[in-house]
Amino acid sequence: MKKTVFLGALTAAGLVGGAAAAATLDDVKARGTLNCGVTTGLVGFAAPDANGVWEGFDVAVCRAVAAAVLGDPTSVEFVPTTGKTRFTALASGEVDMLARNTTWTFSRDTDLKFDFVGVNYYDGQGFMVPKSLGVTSAKELDGATVCIQTGTTTELNLADYFRKNNMNYEPVPIETNAEGQQQYLAGACDTYTTDASGLAATRAAFENPTEHVILPEIISKEPLGPLVRHGDNEWEDIVRWTLNALITAEELGVTSANVAELAAGKTDSPETNRLLGTEGNLGEMIGLDADWAVRALSAVGNYGEVFEKNIGEKTPIGLARGLNAQWADGGILYSPPFR
Amino acid sequence: MSKDNIAFHRTHMLPEAPPPATETGAIKWLRENLFSSVANGLLTVVAGYLLLSLVISAGPWFLNGIWDSPSLTACREMLDGRTGACFAVLTERWNQLLFGFKYPDELYWRPTLAFVLLFVAIAPVLFVKFLPHQLLIFTGLYPFIAYWLIWGGSIIVPVMALLGVLFGVLVYRRTLTVSAGVAVLAGIVGAMVFWWIAGFVTGSAAGFLALEPVASRDMGGFMVNLMLGVVCVSLSLPFGIMLALGRQSDMPIIKWICVVFIEFIRGVPLITLLFVANVVLAYFLPPGTTFDLILRVIIMITMFASAYIAEVIRGGLAALPRGQYEAADSLGLDYAQSMQFIILPQALKISIPGIVNVAVGLFKDTTLVSVISMFDIVGMIRGPILASAEWNGVYWELFGFAALLFFITCYGISQYSQWLERQLQTDHR
Repeated sequence: MKKTVFLGALTAAGLVGGAAAAATLDDVKARGTLNCGVTTGLVGFAAPDANGVWEGFDVAVCRAVAAAVLGDPTSVEFVPTTGKTRFTALASGEVDMLARNTTWTFSRDTDLKFDFVGVNYYDGQGFMVPKSLGVTSAKELDGATVCIQTGTTTELNLADYFRKNNMNYEPVPIETNAEGQQQYLAGACDTYTTDASGLAATRAAFENPTEHVILPEIISKEPLGPLVRHGDNEWEDIVRWTLNALITAEELGVTSANVAELAAGKTDSPETNRLLGTEGNLGEMIGLDADWAVRALSAVGNYGEVFEKNIGEKTPIGLARGLNAQWADGGILYSPPFR
Repeated sequence: MSKDNIAFHRTHMLPEAPPPATETGAIKWLRENLFSSVANGLLTVVAGYLLLSLVISAGPWFLNGIWDSPSLTACREMLDGRTGACFAVLTERWNQLLFGFKYPDELYWRPTLAFVLLFVAIAPVLFVKFLPHQLLIFTGLYPFIAYWLIWGGSIIVPVMALLGVLFGVLVYRRTLTVSAGVAVLAGIVGAMVFWWIAGFVTGSAAGFLALEPVASRDMGGFMVNLMLGVVCVSLSLPFGIMLALGRQSDMPIIKWICVVFIEFIRGVPLITLLFVANVVLAYFLPPGTTFDLILRVIIMITMFASAYIAEVIRGGLAALPRGQYEAADSLGLDYAQSMQFIILPQALKISIPGIVNVAVGLFKDTTLVSVISMFDIVGMIRGPILASAEWNGVYWELFGFAALLFFITCYGISQYSQWLERQLQTDHR
């Protein structure tokens, strides 16, 4: 009997879940808030400030979507997720989208039944060494002791890289980034390896950040991006094009400061007009009104502004644009055209 | 007889002489406690050296501590190379550590008041012999007051919940003449029906005497640890007793239900149960049904603690001599009476150290909820505070503070239990 009830409940939940997933946009509008999955805290990417207001690079994506869909960047319910709970939170419908420095991989996109809408940060695994070691390239790390988080893809990347270059290393296994930081500072390892953005954030917290360098070699591809559930392509389009709007706005020179002015009348650039809804009906095509992108941009600013404010060179984290520069500036950030 | 022949004898009492220097005061204490033998003397010197070096190395860290600074970098500038703690993180983020980052500041008085009232409420239970029994009425009311204070909302909700409980008890009393089992069932059904009907009333009177409501997901910090600890320990005691008695029951179905429950729960790590509460339940419930996360976690931790407490109490029951059971039977007491008056008072007394052990362990285990992305005190430290650009890199100060809070609480519990054991000691040793 119990088993039947259990299966029945499962089926019912599945049916309701399937029905609900089909119209995330309607759900969000009816609810009046966007449920956005973020990390429980990662420097620069997502963390609540002293007043409990969420801020960060990933948080800005949530706010932009909320502004585009609901007209209010503050009507976001941030659902903190850990690395272990993030995918179930999205799959079960607890959150409408996940903006949580998640690497876009084949199996996550296909097997876990998610859709990555794009890449908002191109990351990659790097090495940090003390300046006193006198190392300028990862190729000189033969025989080094390496602090490495166990059970992560970084561990496998490290092994691959050293084998490929015929070098030896001695791993010092660590559990968390905090532990890695302590071990590295205590001199338990010559070099610490993790994602380059993580290295920069870690180094920013050191007492003497200038005594440590991040080596130029990036040994893996970690494209981080927001993702949504399979099966609701309309919603997926909204999130994808909101992200693209931020990127395109930087390319077109639309900022949070001048967006109101540019949207007031037609400009000389047709693409700017289409983006800001003064020409064409792009908003209508994704089920929103014409001003959707204007709202998103005035809420958080364009991609470059978001980057500079949260993780850019003027912040303690001090990340350079690097790969994340616009394609015209030598990066690989490339949004499809708004047409 | 002339006076000269008489041997010397003292005509007056000598004044009390001071004891030898080695047999008095500090020197005696030192000799007896620290230098009673060569080996002990050596150990004392070594221990003293270690203690001294600890103080010397940790002392400046405390003394140079910075209490007022906007960020870790500013702290380091102020210290200017000296060793020193950056306690400023505590002064700036104390509210987040205690209440979480979303509990509205102007409402901090509510959980604080609930915390103070907690002591008023548990005092009559802890010091039964010394306080008038009438105070227990407040203890009974406390859960509803605390709920109203912490979560806010209309006062109708907790009042109706209380009335439902009273109604259930009334039904239980009325049907007790039939059989104890039937009475318990009838009481539960009665309360459920009452709550179901009350649901219509509370819906319409949502604004009556309402405090500003605060959602469960907005709670955090040490408050969550305390809430989980207090609620789960107090709930798991009665459940544990029932499970322990059920496991010893002669009725096979009840016995096996209890055995399976206890063995299953004890065989599964708490963290797994928490993941079930957080993640797996979300798959079974239709989207949109928000089954309060704190409630889910409370249910799981209570189940976990009940199973452990049941085994502790079963140990107490097993330790009683068979004669006690037979004595109760021979007095003509029925099962409920013999348990209430003869068996349980003795068994529980034996079980106190074990129960306290489980309670302290459970209280510390509440920090595990940080793994399922709840912001208890450890979750607050590891998540928002260490991830803020200002405080990234402060570890000792924050975790030391958390450790201090837990130490105070757990040491208090353990001291009380030792006192209680002495109070209840009736045998002659």
